[in-house]
Amino acid sequence: MTRLQLIFYHLLRHRLAMISGGILVVLVLFSISAPLLEIILKSDASTVDLFSRFLSYSLMHPLGTDELGRDLLIRLAYGGQVSLMVGLSAAMFASIIGTVIGLVSGYYGGWIDNLLMRITDSIIALPLLPLLIVLAVIDLSKLGIFPDSFNETDAGLYRIIAIVALVGWTGVARLVRGTTVAVRQQLYVTAARSLGIPTRRILFSHILPALSSPIIVATTLSVGNIILFESILSFLGLGINPPTPSWGNMLTNAQELIFEAPKLAFFPGMFIFLTVLSFNFLGDGLQDALTPGTNLLGQKSKRMKG
Amino acid sequence: MASYLISRLAQTVTVILVMSFIVYMLLGLMPGDPIDLMVSADPNLTSEDAARLKALYGLDQPLGKRYLNWLAAALQGDFGFSRLYAKPVFVVLVPALKNTLILMGIAFLVSVCIAIPAGIYAARKIHSPLDYSINLLCFAGISVPPFWLALMLILLFSVTLGWLPANAVPLGHSDFWDTTKALVLPVITLSIVSIGGVTRYVRSSLNESLRQDYIRTALSKGLSDHQVIRRHALRNSMIPVVTILSLDAGAFFSGALITEIMFGYPGVGKLIFDAIQSNDYNLALVGLLLSTAVTLAANFLADISYVALDPRVTFQSNQ
Repeated sequence: MTRLQLIFYHLLRHRLAMISGGILVVLVLFSISAPLLEIILKSDASTVDLFSRFLSYSLMHPLGTDELGRDLLIRLAYGGQVSLMVGLSAAMFASIIGTVIGLVSGYYGGWIDNLLMRITDSIIALPLLPLLIVLAVIDLSKLGIFPDSFNETDAGLYRIIAIVALVGWTGVARLVRGTTVAVRQQLYVTAARSLGIPTRRILFSHILPALSSPIIVATTLSVGNIILFESILSFLGLGINPPTPSWGNMLTNAQELIFEAPKLAFFPGMFIFLTVLSFNFLGDGLQDALTPGTNLLGQKSKRMKG
Repeated sequence: MASYLISRLAQTVTVILVMSFIVYMLLGLMPGDPIDLMVSADPNLTSEDAARLKALYGLDQPLGKRYLNWLAAALQGDFGFSRLYAKPVFVVLVPALKNTLILMGIAFLVSVCIAIPAGIYAARKIHSPLDYSINLLCFAGISVPPFWLALMLILLFSVTLGWLPANAVPLGHSDFWDTTKALVLPVITLSIVSIGGVTRYVRSSLNESLRQDYIRTALSKGLSDHQVIRRHALRNSMIPVVTILSLDAGAFFSGALITEIMFGYPGVGKLIFDAIQSNDYNLALVGLLLSTAVTLAANFLADISYVALDPRVTFQSNQ
């Protein structure tokens, strides 16, 4: 009975990670298919039509229309493109920063390690949201970066990717550092060092490959958080700017329209929730697959009843 | 012990100082320059006037010197003025901080009171359908966008059912019953967002303790699961939980910020956001600095409470 439960659990557990992966694939396909949806529904994401505001569910508009008469389903698809793109690229940059910091810290040890880990811990302890809100309004031209040289939408995208990546690397850094400390003591690393192979090459072609699983786990787990940060900033009007839809900024007006059109508040948030939940389950499943184990109470009941 | 506390205090102060420097630098990176604004608003101002004004406000001095001046004034409690409220920044921030701490305190108690029993139960019946369900709920809480959760709660309890108000008023400002009722939704929001993490920490930490040899001994003496947990495993497993909880203070503050904005609750988080919206950057940045200081103070306090929980900790080495 209990053994069956255990198997059931592991199956479900991994099945959950697999379902999450499946949901993510569907979400990506849905987002990519935005232009196709426009053709099928003979509508688009940006045309304002004040005669068809707040339409209900219909064949023409499967999820109805928003306060400006735009098709909700198509906007959700385009919003998904932006939200997923920002989430994934910010997570990628954060992961690169975290990996380099973790590698250097774990390999060199000593005061470098001490300093870098103190910085990492300090950033983990900070209240990140107030910091991000402040960073989101920085005047880039005072830094010598002129956002006017590329178009407005792209500038908003790059800015939010940059600031979220700037604070999102800490989890990866700690995990990579921990594994690096362990890998550094392996014989093959000592052998490489004694052969006179330059440190940079030891770091990147000998140690880095051994770190692939913790990096994948930590990155997957951070994507969810990063998408949450993006959606919060966009919701507050400090991230992706309208008319470019993102799941976060589609909710900006929803609070005032909650009497007229509760579904406008429901769907974009549900998509964010599903995406973040799926990334977290996927990350957790991956982590579980790497570090199996149970406690003595579990073993005891297995011995006694199983 | 004392030396550990001193080094820990030094670290906290260093981070606050570094943060204050960053905040000062950020102030310079905020959109708009007050003197340039004055010049463009008043055609009678010449460039000599502008230079004179810059000298008057010390803006012609090197950056390092300006920072030190600002820091010296700040240490005496002079953080400048809020443009939005036309009051000294600190006068605006202190009552807001009080409100935030009340909200966070209540929500913290609620989440801990639910998370600890749930975590214990999950670890005790690890890999059971119940553990599995608790885990599922934890993930839901961790993954839900807080502002959307607030919207959905407002939709259900304020719009559809009409039971609870969608606006939160701080305690003591009007009728006690009304203010309490108004706090229910914000507290629920903030608690749901944080319960998941805490429950998972309790579960995994207790699970770790339950793998130890002394648990095997206790079990082979014939103690029941309940006795093993209550007398042997729980206390040890609470120590890492306290550490992680204190590290979560920053995330908790971020959750409170969103909650405050969604329910119009006059706390520090909402103040920072309002200040940014109305270009009152000095207020926003000092608010950021204050919230950082409060978070780090919470970390420091948790570190001290460590000693009370774990008699083995001597703070000889801080590896």
